[in-house]
Amino acid sequence: MSVRILAAGFDPWTCLADYQRTRSGAPPGQFGATAVFVGTMRDFNQGDVVQRLFLEHYPGMTESHLDKIAAEAAQRWDLIDTLIVHRVGELEPGDPIVLVAVWSAHRAAAFEASRWLMEELKSKAPFWKKEATGSGHRWVEQNTPG
Amino acid sequence: MRIQVRFFAALRERLGVAEQLLAVPDNITVAELWSLAVPDQPLPDNVLAARNMEYVQVDCPLADGDEVAFFPPVTGGNR
Repeated sequence: MSVRILAAGFDPWTCLADYQRTRSGAPPGQFGATAVFVGTMRDFNQGDVVQRLFLEHYPGMTESHLDKIAAEAAQRWDLIDTLIVHRVGELEPGDPIVLVAVWSAHRAAAFEASRWLMEELKSKAPFWKKEATGSGHRWVEQNTPG
Repeated sequence: MRIQVRFFAALRERLGVAEQLLAVPDNITVAELWSLAVPDQPLPDNVLAARNMEYVQVDCPLADGDEVAFFPPVTGGNR
């Protein structure tokens, strides 16, 4: 299980390949399902063009909270391994924001746990978005429905 | 006792303060800490509180050396 907060841009696919190669979690053959979710910055929100995004977080609490939900997912489902990577700082449209990957013996657990992790992350992990639109900056006050 | 108080995101910008070390009476709660830290404004309903980086309700009692954070609803992920 691994949780990473990154202040610079990342390529989720390279990140995933590196993790698969070096991970001690489960040798090939143990897992039959890998569910991967990648969230990317949109250039529109609430009817406006968004030029840039600043993601603030609470260093320390962010990591401990993501560790906690990853551990809870492993209690709820039969998981072999979990990887969560989340960006902070300045982002531009098209930049990856979040990567959630879940390894399990079977697909149901992998699909369900990855969805649950994303919803938990969005509703409780201490991240805040500030958008730059053509008319200035604004804090995003609520999540859009999944 | 001494409490480190932190504010994040829109709340930090509105109050104009990121963090402060406050000397407060013993055994106060999170809500009482807010009224000492921000005496001119009531605690907004949607503000969340964490004590030592764990979510707590506002009636949670505090201990010397605690770090308490107040922040707006969180908006992580991609949407």
